[in-house]
Amino acid sequence: MLALVIDTSSAAVTAGVVDGALDSAQGGPRVLSEQVIVNARGHGEWLAPLIRQALAEAGAGMADLTAVIAGVGPGPFTGLRVGLVTAAAISDARGIPAYDVCSLDAIAAGIVEPRRLLVATDARRREVYWARYVAGRRVGGPAVAKPADLPGEAEELADAMVGAGARLYADLLGLPLLDEDGHDYPAVRGLGLLAAERVRSGAPTEPLTPLYLRRPDAVEPVASKTVSQ
Amino acid sequence: MSPMASEALVLGIETSCDETGIGIVRGSTLLADAVASSVAEHARYGGVVPEVASRAHLQAMVPTVHRACEQAGVQLCDVDAIAVTAGPGLAGALLVGVAAAKAYALALDKPLYGVNHLSAHVAVDLLENGPLEEACVALLVSGGHSSILRVPRVGGLELTELGATLDDAAGEAFDKVARLLGLGFPGGPLIDRAARDGDPASIAFPRGLSGASDPAFAFSFSGLKTAVARWVEARQRAGEPVPVNDVAASFQEAVVDVLTTKAVRAAREQGIDHLLLGGGVAANSRLRELAAERCARAGIRLRVPRPGLCTDNGAMVAALGAQLVQNGAPPSALDIPADSSMPIADVLM
Ligand SMILES: [Zn+2]
Repeated sequence: MLALVIDTSSAAVTAGVVDGALDSAQGGPRVLSEQVIVNARGHGEWLAPLIRQALAEAGAGMADLTAVIAGVGPGPFTGLRVGLVTAAAISDARGIPAYDVCSLDAIAAGIVEPRRLLVATDARRREVYWARYVAGRRVGGPAVAKPADLPGEAEELADAMVGAGARLYADLLGLPLLDEDGHDYPAVRGLGLLAAERVRSGAPTEPLTPLYLRRPDAVEPVASKTVSQ
Repeated sequence: MSPMASEALVLGIETSCDETGIGIVRGSTLLADAVASSVAEHARYGGVVPEVASRAHLQAMVPTVHRACEQAGVQLCDVDAIAVTAGPGLAGALLVGVAAAKAYALALDKPLYGVNHLSAHVAVDLLENGPLEEACVALLVSGGHSSILRVPRVGGLELTELGATLDDAAGEAFDKVARLLGLGFPGGPLIDRAARDGDPASIAFPRGLSGASDPAFAFSFSGLKTAVARWVEARQRAGEPVPVNDVAASFQEAVVDVLTTKAVRAAREQGIDHLLLGGGVAANSRLRELAAERCARAGIRLRVPRPGLCTDNGAMVAALGAQLVQNGAPPSALDIPADSSMPIADVLM
């Protein structure tokens, strides 16, 4: 029950392979490989080679995969789309189901202490994508906001924060930062864990709808009478 | 084995602007040409919005691949190679197609060819008009490009630019004038239709860069656009009705007059007797008509694909991919970028 795991919702380009056969009582899915490159503009170039490396490291081929798991954001649009169209195309070409995971959930996955957690990633334009969790369950968000607009809410509702956005705006957000390795970006383990049940049960494929949370920047033209200027 | 079966089956992906195009060819035989367009979503903005186009490409990719496979009566696993537009075009839009192509190539274990959009506009002609045996001059005109190119005998598809627009692309001028006349977006087909009921000789709009000392094969359409705007405004100020059909016909005549004059002159100067039309504006009925007329007079053979293959589509990418496979070109690496300003001379990334 090997699943390919992809996330391109952050500055990290992530690909990995998990063995989904183990249930949560047995420690959840086993991570067989994880390839990560942090390059905010490199998703288009890096993702496919990283998938190939992740498969090789796991000793697996495309034919061994039974599912694709993709982080659907929220994240900066251009990079996010690379991961989603890649996951959708592989799912299509191999005839295997695709499963979505909210990328912020993947960062929070497995963190049970402290109970009340704020996850924030970098949304660029001096904003963060955020969500709140109590005992690992999402209770607020995902949403996008200016870091300065969050603290009042965050301090009351969370004991700590985690994620690349939390690190970037630590001063403005004012919560203790969980500073362990591997919590800045969505990791293969968290993504695999959150889709494990679907992988094991062979759940039907999902459409992988990106969490953009922002409308396209575009303005409708004002009817102009004088275009010659 | 029949000759058909020995030719490569190539899937082509095109996402350089607002059309998600998936084409399938076997050698030089067109099997499928599926297009999902986001043009309606751009209409209220009066032009293509890159982020809107990119979002639409992501949504349309897999369903359009399915439609193409159904049309062609083939399975994805039968495909021998994947070709994709690597550039030039809108960066974010190109990236969706390139990522999809890499994923299909990787998942199917088939070679990837990241190709040049302009070369693909030339290659699509092979599907309808057979192999290009001699060098030709190509006039590629669309909303994103307006160029006169020299195409060597096909086999090499390396293009040399003889001239290009210095400002707006021809298609942009159609869009802007259509908006000015209140016709809507995209402007090309709407101007074409309005012009049929107008008099192309009623208003003498300027022919840009047509003086003796101007660059022979370069275009400029911004002066024309301004002239049309001034003319219309003068009418409105005088409280007179704007003869929309006459303005459309006269504007269109000015554009296609310059395009065809320069293209025919380029062929003559290069000693080439084949002219090839491509790009969205090559779907314009008056351009096709005038090009045919002038080529006939100059003893030049005109090659022009049907309108549906002139606009952006996946078949043109597949057609070029199949040529490259046949020529034994080395496939692209899996880490190729999408290059929004891919040089004209590069056929393959
Ligand atoms: Zn084009």
